[in-house]
Amino acid sequence: MTVKVPKEKGKAIILNLIGVLILFLILVILNESGALSSYVSGVLMVCGIAIIMASSLNITVGYLGQIALGGCGFMAIGAYTAALITKAMEAGNILVGAGVPNTLRFLIGTIAGGILAAIFGILVGIPALRLRGDYLAIITLGFGEIIRVIIQNLKFAGGKGFSEGQAGQALVGINRLADIYVVFWIVVISVALLYTFIRSRYGRAIIAIRDDDIAAGASGLNTTFYKVLAFTVSAFFAGIAGGIFAHYIGSLNAATFGWLKSTEYVIMVVFGGMGSLTGSILAAIVLSALPELLRSFSEYRMLAYSVALVLVMIFKPTGLLGTYEFSLYRVLNRIFHEKKAGKKQEVK
Amino acid sequence: MAEVILQAKHLGISFGGLKAVDDFNIEIRAGELMGLIGPNGAGKTTVFNLLTGVYTPTEGAFFLCGEKMNGKKTYQVVQAGIARTFQNIRLFKSMTVIENVMVAYGMSMKYKMPGALFRSRTYWREEAEYREKAMELLKIFGLEDKADFVADNLPYGQQRKLEIARALATGMKLLLLDEPAAGMNPTETADLLRCINVIREQFGIAILLIEHDMSLVMKICERIVVIDYGVTIATGLPEEIASNQRVITAYLGADEEEEGA
Ligand SMILES: Nc1ncnc2c1ncn2[C@@H]1O[C@H](COP(=O)(O)OP(=O)(O)O)[C@@H](O)[C@H]1O
Ligand SMILES: [Mg+2]
Repeated sequence: MTVKVPKEKGKAIILNLIGVLILFLILVILNESGALSSYVSGVLMVCGIAIIMASSLNITVGYLGQIALGGCGFMAIGAYTAALITKAMEAGNILVGAGVPNTLRFLIGTIAGGILAAIFGILVGIPALRLRGDYLAIITLGFGEIIRVIIQNLKFAGGKGFSEGQAGQALVGINRLADIYVVFWIVVISVALLYTFIRSRYGRAIIAIRDDDIAAGASGLNTTFYKVLAFTVSAFFAGIAGGIFAHYIGSLNAATFGWLKSTEYVIMVVFGGMGSLTGSILAAIVLSALPELLRSFSEYRMLAYSVALVLVMIFKPTGLLGTYEFSLYRVLNRIFHEKKAGKKQEVK
Repeated sequence: MAEVILQAKHLGISFGGLKAVDDFNIEIRAGELMGLIGPNGAGKTTVFNLLTGVYTPTEGAFFLCGEKMNGKKTYQVVQAGIARTFQNIRLFKSMTVIENVMVAYGMSMKYKMPGALFRSRTYWREEAEYREKAMELLKIFGLEDKADFVADNLPYGQQRKLEIARALATGMKLLLLDEPAAGMNPTETADLLRCINVIREQFGIAILLIEHDMSLVMKICERIVVIDYGVTIATGLPEEIASNQRVITAYLGADEEEEGA
C-alpha cells in the first residue's frame, strides 16, 4: 500500500513553506540593507520569544483548558541552563573558534534548556495537574515563584548561595549569540511543531480531555498522561524561549521571570483565543510590539493590557480568533475559487 | 455456548452509609443483549460506573473474559474491552462529529510522537485509514453527512447515536448503553433499535442495556436483570420478568410517569 500525503494537505504545506520563505526574505532584505536598527531587531526578538511562549502556553491553557501561571519559571530554567552551558563551553574552549559557527553553541544550549525545562515540567505537572481551575492556577504560580527564588540563590547562577539568605546579582557575560535569522527559524519550527502536535492523536486527546475528561477516559485515554504531556510541551518551549532570551539580552536576573511576566503570556493566549495558534501569534506580536510603539506610555502597559482584556472578554469571550486557524491555502482558495470555499464554510 | 465476556460476582459499593449497589451478579456471553432495568435511583448507572472503573467496588469483583478488572482505571478497562455511553450525553462538544470518533480510535493508532511531529508515513496512513473507519461507523448511524459538524450542534437524538459510534470505535467486547433511548421520540427510538441490531450483527459484541422503557427492553433483550434499591430482585427471560410479582410491585404506577422524564 502506497501512502501519499493528501493532495490538498500537500499543497497547503508547500504554500506555507513559500509564505515563510517570503517572510524570511523580507527579514533578510531589511537586515542586510541596514533598514533594521538594532532597536527594531530587538523588538522583533522580543516578539519571537513571545510567539514561542504564547503559542506553546496555548497547549496547556487553550487546548487543555487548564490555567497554568508558572510559565516564566520554565523560561527561567531554560534561560539559565542555556546560558550556563554556552558559558561553560566558551570557558572550556569547546566548539569555539574559527570554522565553528557560534550558532551551534547557541542551539546546543537552548535545546538543553528546553529539555531541562521539560523535565521540570513533568515533575511539577504530575502533582499540580491533580488540581483544576483556580487551584491549578495558584499552585503553578507558586511553583514558578519557587523556581525563580531558587535560581536567585544558586551560587553558580549569580546568586550568593542559600546560606546567605539573600538574592544575588545577575548572571552576566553571556555571549549574545541569538542571531535574528536563527531565531526566526526557531520560531517557525516551534510553531510548526506545535501545530503538528495539536493536529495529531495527541492533540486530539488533549482537546477531548478539555471538553469532557470523563468521556475522554471512557474513550480509552489515559487523561493524566495527556495532561502532563501538554504541560511538558508548554514547559519545553518555554525553556527554548528562555534560551533565546538569555542569548539575546546577555545577562540574566531571576527577578525578570516573576509571575507578572507569566501572567502577561497567559493574557496573550486568552487575548488571541484559547485554542488558536494563529491567535497566540497575533496577540504575541501585538501585545509585545505595542508597548514598544507607545514607549512613553510604557508604565501604563499593564493598564492597557487589562482594559484590552476586559474589552475582549466582554465582546468576544473566546478571544480575538476563538479557535480559528489561519490557512494560506484556504485564503488563496477562497480568492481564486470563490464558490468552492463558500460551500466549505457552511459546514461549521 | 458462547464465551463468557463479563462476569460480576457479588459486586457492591457503598457511599457513606448508603449501599447503592449490593451483591450484583451477572454473566454476559458473546453476542448477547442483556437488559438492566429498575426504577429511578435503583443503582443502574452506578453498576456501569463500577464496570468501567469510575468507582472502585467496595465488595466483590468483576472479570472481562476471565481477567480481573477491579482497581483498574477507566482507560485501562476501556482498553481491555468495555466501552460505554452516558445517561447524560457526554460528547467532545467543540470537536466535529468525526473527530469525536477519531478520539476513540486514538488508542488503536500506532504512530508515536516523532511520527506526529514530523508527519511520518505512518501518521498519514493511519490518519486516513481511521478517518475512513470512522466514516464507516458514522454511516451505520446515518451520521455520515454530519461528519464535519461540531458535535454540540447536532440534534439530541443524533448526539446519542454519535456517543454510541464513539464507544464502538474503542473496539470493545462489551458495550454498556445507559438509557440510549431517553428523550427520543418513537421514530428516533425505532431507528436506534435498527442501529443496535446492525451493530450486533456486524460486531458480534455483548451489550448490556439500561432502559427505562419496559416495552422496549422486553422487545429486544434476551435476558433481563432487575434491580431496585441496589438489590437484584429478578433475573430471567423477558416473559419471566414481565410476570414477576416483585418487578411489578417495584414498577407499580411507574409506567405512565416515565414518558415525561
Ligand atoms: N458518587 C455518589 N455519591 C453518593 N451517592 C451516589 C453516588 N453515585 C450514585 N449515588 C446514589 O446511588 C443511587 C443510585 O443512583 P444511580 O445509579 O444513578 O441510579 P439509576 O441509574 O438506577 O437511576 C442513588 O441514590 C444515588 O444518589
Ligand atoms: Mg441512571
